[in-house]
Amino acid sequence: MNASAPSGLRRDDGFGGRGDDFYELLMRAHEGLDEARSAALNARCLLLLANQVGDIEVIRQALDAARASLAPPAQ
Amino acid sequence: MGTYQHVRFAYRTAPEVGGAPLRRPVAVVGAGPVGLAAAIDLALHGVPSVVLDDNDSVSVGSRAICWSKRTLEIFDRLGVADRMLAKGVTWRIGRVFHRDRELYCFDLLPEGGHKMPAFINLQQYYVEQYLVERALEFPQLIDLRWKHRVAALRPAAGGAALEVDTPDGRYAVQADWVLAADGARSTLRGLLGLPFEGHTFEEKFLIADVQIGADFPSDRRFWFEPVFGQGQSVLIHRQPDNIFRIDFQLGPDADADLEMQPERVMRRVRGVVGPDVPCELDWCSVYSFRCARLDRFVHGRVVFVGDSAHVVSPFGARGGNGGIQDVDNVCWKLAQVLAGRAPERLLESYDAERVHGADENIRNSRRTTAFMTPKTGTEKLFRDGVLALAHDYPFARLLVNSGRLSRPCSLEGLPGFEGDGADLDGPMRPGMPCLDAPVTGGDGAPDWLLRHLGGHFTVLSFAGDIGSLQRLESGLAGAAPDGVQMLAVTPQLLPGGTLQQLVDAEGLVRSRYGGADGVTYLIRPDQHVTARWARPEAAAVGRAWRRSLGEQP
Repeated sequence: MNASAPSGLRRDDGFGGRGDDFYELLMRAHEGLDEARSAALNARCLLLLANQVGDIEVIRQALDAARASLAPPAQ
Repeated sequence: MGTYQHVRFAYRTAPEVGGAPLRRPVAVVGAGPVGLAAAIDLALHGVPSVVLDDNDSVSVGSRAICWSKRTLEIFDRLGVADRMLAKGVTWRIGRVFHRDRELYCFDLLPEGGHKMPAFINLQQYYVEQYLVERALEFPQLIDLRWKHRVAALRPAAGGAALEVDTPDGRYAVQADWVLAADGARSTLRGLLGLPFEGHTFEEKFLIADVQIGADFPSDRRFWFEPVFGQGQSVLIHRQPDNIFRIDFQLGPDADADLEMQPERVMRRVRGVVGPDVPCELDWCSVYSFRCARLDRFVHGRVVFVGDSAHVVSPFGARGGNGGIQDVDNVCWKLAQVLAGRAPERLLESYDAERVHGADENIRNSRRTTAFMTPKTGTEKLFRDGVLALAHDYPFARLLVNSGRLSRPCSLEGLPGFEGDGADLDGPMRPGMPCLDAPVTGGDGAPDWLLRHLGGHFTVLSFAGDIGSLQRLESGLAGAAPDGVQMLAVTPQLLPGGTLQQLVDAEGLVRSRYGGADGVTYLIRPDQHVTARWARPEAAAVGRAWRRSLGEQP
């Protein structure tokens, strides 16, 4: 598994060792929101970050990876 | 049950009962690992202390078990690390699971050329026993008093007065300084009426020490949502004597009395170790925790160290290790102040530096707790997302937080540490604790750098040949006041030099310290870099030394 194929989805640490700082920021952003507003925040944040990434191929790979990681629906 | 034989330490009647007060430069309240380490560190500086403890034995239950490399280096300076290493379990491999799937494993194997491993596991009762036995080697300097309970504390001019209750009555202690090492439920904190503010977490945990009579893996193993038994997470960790520490996350609503019923505990244990492995419960406890600290650690002549000053969750082993770093930071300062070599203001740097350390520990502890106990649907979604991606995506493994293990605290950027000149760029910046490396002394015997740096100020210089050594010797003449030692790191013993030489045959000191010819470090008694120079001058070294003693520039 490549750490990062050219113009591919990055798998290794992109936070420069500051992953815990990112995670805390993310949790704080949601503080005090009900689930509907949290979901809305997530959607908008995804739009902003996807635009920042810009590369449609990378975004496609990210969406595919996220979709593939979901557990199958309960029978 | 259990293999450890708890010894009762002898209570002795205080000769001061009904008589004149006991006078000591330092009274240490609490004979846990932090208080005992403090008394030993003070004794190594020649400072007499009395140690008052309301109990008469070492800790019941394993309590703090995971001792970090930095703590072991400090304990080596205090003279107990070799025993700890001999008895402790040195571990490297940690494995993290989600349900029945292993997400990843990590290896703490440090680079070679350090005396101490990344971590050992050793029950707190062994650590306390070794510290007590070490303290007894200083009969002139350490007065250990068991079953002596502090009942009152009164600030006095240039010190503090304590009232101490014993089975034979009360007596008074007058001390120039009091070290409050009396734990998370500190009596002294209460006597001074100091608020201990922070965040209490509702999650309850069951901790069980289990003796396992069969081959069983030494790896640290952590499960999120384990498939065996109920519960949010489980951690298992090996200790000496085939005792395993198992932590079960029970959720906020658990009934402590119910969960501590031995047959119920053993049902949970069986889920982890399997049905047929012979095992026996040694100790268990249900706990919740909080993250809190005092606003200040220095209150007049009363100085708080360890859990009395700050508490964190156990994840990351930041409680005991943080307390030992407090001791390392404060004792040399107290010794300098008591000897009249530094102003009382020097203790302010203990406050600033260890509040900084406590905040770092609390921040890490809070983040781990947030990851382990998601409070909302959204927090759970992100947590589950990280766990779902961690197997295939290394970046997500770095977000999985089952404890951020204690790392040496850097004091970079705090007052008293000089910024670097433009011509220095090596990894050892002012404020950082010194890295170890192998050296040989004059007799050619293998030794370690850190064994030469603790306890006093050191001027450490690098010289590649006799010419550069002699330039250093003349340039630094008079740079080292009384009590400051000067050392030169050289590639081989250079005949004709007058400075004491440490031979760096493997070149590791040179590479770890960016030790080009002439590079010079000033190192504090607690093995932290104070300042460094590419081209040192005696006057600059002297100024840095005085600043790190708390003198105004």
